[in-house]
Amino acid sequence: MTHAREHDAAANNELIAFRLGSQEFCLDIMSVRDIRGWTPTTPLPHACEYVKGVINLRGAVLPVVDLAARLGFAPVEPSARHVIIITQVGNQTIGLLVDAVSDILTVSSGSIQATPDVASELARAFMKGVIAMEGRMLSLIALDSVLTQNQAGQGLPN
Amino acid sequence: MDTMAAIKQTFFQECEEQLAELEEGLLAIEREEGDLETINAVFRAVHSIKGGAGAFGLDDLVRFAHTFETTLDGMRSGKLEITPQIVKLMLRSADILSDLVRISRDGGEMDAGRVAQMTDELARTGGAGPVAPAAAAPQPPAFEPLAAGEAEPQVDEFGFAPVQISFDTLIADDEAAGIRQAVHIRFTPKPELYAKANDALRLLRELGRLGEMEVSCDASAVPLLGELDPEGAYLTWDITLTGDLDEKAVREVFEFVEFDCDLSIDTAVAGPVMDESDAAQTVQAILAQVAAEEAAGQERHAAPQAEAPAPVRAAPPAAQAASAAPQQAANSQAPQPGATIRVDLDRVDRLIDLVGELVINQSMLAQRVMEAGIARLSDVAVGLDDLEHLTREIQDSVMAIRAQPVRPIFQRMSRVVREVADMTGKSVRLVTEGENCEVDKTVIERLADPLTHMIRNAIDHGLEKPEDRLAAGKPEQGVVRMVAAHRSGRVVIEVSDDGAGINRSRVRQIAVDRGIVAEDAQLSDAEIDDLIFAPGFSTAAAISDVSGRGVGMDVVRRSIQALGGRITITSRPGLGTTFTLSLPLTLAVLDGMVVNVAGQTLVVPLSAIVETLQPKAQDVHGLGEKARVIGIRGAFIPLIDVGCVLGYRDEEADPLASVAMMVETENQSQCALLVDGIVGQQQVVIKSLETNYGHVFGVAGATILGDGRVAVILDVDAIVAGSRAEAARMDANRKRSAA
Repeated sequence: MTHAREHDAAANNELIAFRLGSQEFCLDIMSVRDIRGWTPTTPLPHACEYVKGVINLRGAVLPVVDLAARLGFAPVEPSARHVIIITQVGNQTIGLLVDAVSDILTVSSGSIQATPDVASELARAFMKGVIAMEGRMLSLIALDSVLTQNQAGQGLPN
Repeated sequence: MDTMAAIKQTFFQECEEQLAELEEGLLAIEREEGDLETINAVFRAVHSIKGGAGAFGLDDLVRFAHTFETTLDGMRSGKLEITPQIVKLMLRSADILSDLVRISRDGGEMDAGRVAQMTDELARTGGAGPVAPAAAAPQPPAFEPLAAGEAEPQVDEFGFAPVQISFDTLIADDEAAGIRQAVHIRFTPKPELYAKANDALRLLRELGRLGEMEVSCDASAVPLLGELDPEGAYLTWDITLTGDLDEKAVREVFEFVEFDCDLSIDTAVAGPVMDESDAAQTVQAILAQVAAEEAAGQERHAAPQAEAPAPVRAAPPAAQAASAAPQQAANSQAPQPGATIRVDLDRVDRLIDLVGELVINQSMLAQRVMEAGIARLSDVAVGLDDLEHLTREIQDSVMAIRAQPVRPIFQRMSRVVREVADMTGKSVRLVTEGENCEVDKTVIERLADPLTHMIRNAIDHGLEKPEDRLAAGKPEQGVVRMVAAHRSGRVVIEVSDDGAGINRSRVRQIAVDRGIVAEDAQLSDAEIDDLIFAPGFSTAAAISDVSGRGVGMDVVRRSIQALGGRITITSRPGLGTTFTLSLPLTLAVLDGMVVNVAGQTLVVPLSAIVETLQPKAQDVHGLGEKARVIGIRGAFIPLIDVGCVLGYRDEEADPLASVAMMVETENQSQCALLVDGIVGQQQVVIKSLETNYGHVFGVAGATILGDGRVAVILDVDAIVAGSRAEAARMDANRKRSAA
């Protein structure tokens, strides 16, 4: 059994699936540190629209990104039902505000397809690929570009 | 290889300590406060560096340390008279030694000429030279006829002197040949000694080999059998060794147990032979003691005790009593060997972070419990109160780990003083006070540059030339004082000189020339003094080698402010100038004013706030299209709405319903920040926003409040600058639309 799992892990990816509006997305589970319910954030001055503010996670101050707004959807009005997925991106820990976490999936690398060539710049910038799963389509998020240093530093009044 | 690197690192850390001790000792000698023990300490410091450097093959270091040490040895043995010139030379040698250590550690090129020159100078002192090192090492123990009657047994020239031990030898003035030395040892093992598989008996046997020994055991501390801890240690031995002794050898016996016992070693001249019956009595007493200990379950054997040489010689009680006094004096002089450990700073920081979280968590918990409607006097609430006390105490203790005395930085300054005094040809004495004042390590590290600059300024600009001083009726030697003290939760460092004070008319003229103030500005004396902190102000007419390194006092002020501190200046013509630095004890915690702005809770660093006030309708005036000012005591100060600058709201708040906080910015201008209300004053733990996000305009950092929410800490300077930039942009827009 253990052997089988190890073998699978080599070829497979464990992903965490979540919903934003009517679309489904997923993330590599290895980058997820924690999943918690929505807590009010402290807004940052002159932050981009998709940066909801900062929260306290066990003594660390980390930003919460409204993933829907980041992907170009309508910004989320967070409620107690919303979920923050705490992820590790490089050296930074950030929270992603999503509607709900739906599933944990194991997919083989081979089943991840290239992002279809659509017009939207945003879609291409933030998707690593798409996965077909039981008739649904999940987009694999490329975390690196969600909160780049450049965007984080965008704070000067202009 | 890694182990070697680690050992080497430890060596360099120890070098730092030795260098500090060296400098401290030399300075004490310079102040004529040093005694023989000070010289010994200095010698040992250099000697240890030499020894360690030899082990790592740092030849340059070894060579110089050797020459230095040889000269010091001359000083120690009294062959080299201690004159101010010699002490100065020693101090300069110490500087070179410290440079050599640094270069050995960090790499780089040492100015070989400087080293060679210093080596020459040291050799020329006549005390000893590198050419004839043997001359400095007389073989028989040298007895220095000193007033204190103390001397150290000669350490072999190339041998390792025991570093941390002070020897006190009582030498009779009539240094008769063949006199026997007696060493009195009082030895009280602690339980740890036995726990580490050492045995008092073995040590006594070792001692017995060194000479004739008389041992008596003090068993007064042995409790009744019922209260006796089988693993405890209750016995004290008084040992008198007589013979041709080497204290080093005596020390070596105790080398591995010195931290696990109370030990005092005292030397005296041997007296007449002790009565044999006394000796027999003593041995009997010992045997009885040993038997008692065995009864107590200690694994010890009485038999070898009998091997102790008998008949036993000892000094008479009178000699013992006489020697007790100097021994005590020596003990009080010797630095307390407080047990210390080296800890990686990261670990301490992690601990501080965790304790910070604990404090927050604790207060959150307390809040929840209160919200749950639990009575204040219930067990839960009382328990929580205790927890709060505990967590606060833990926090204080953890913060104290990072605290370090300012001594090392003060010592570094004495070098700066020497160098600058040499360069400017002025005679300067540095007086320091309060070196034991403790401040956060980071604060200390970041104080070095500003302090160096202030000291340079004090000597270069503050102190007059020797001839001017004499003409003014002052002593030729100028005095620069550095005083550190704790004052209401902050550390205050004063740097003052007894020079001519600030030449206000000249300062004013320069400020006018450089366009810093208007020609007709009315300035008070204090305001003129403050001008030297203005950016772009430098009083040196010609850029001198010393102060003119492109760094002005404005940089000093900025770096002090970056530490959350303030710097002020007071000057009295003809009497001198004093700079006062007021610094927070730690950088991890900030004294903040918690305020409300547009529904958000913000923290304003208390150090920036001058005063707070409630604006009155008659004081607020519009100026131009949007700007507003507030009149305070006749001056008009710009009003800045924090909420607007931070983008929390678009419409400026009604000043009459707000609170104005007067703040002072880095360039000394005052502004009034408008906030909706003040919540209170609080110490907050600073958290970085940069770690997980990035720099945010107008924000210096974040903190977590008692309710677990994050609050942003304002960067006052940025907000003031930001509001100006905005005004300038609006002006530009207007011009554009007009054109």
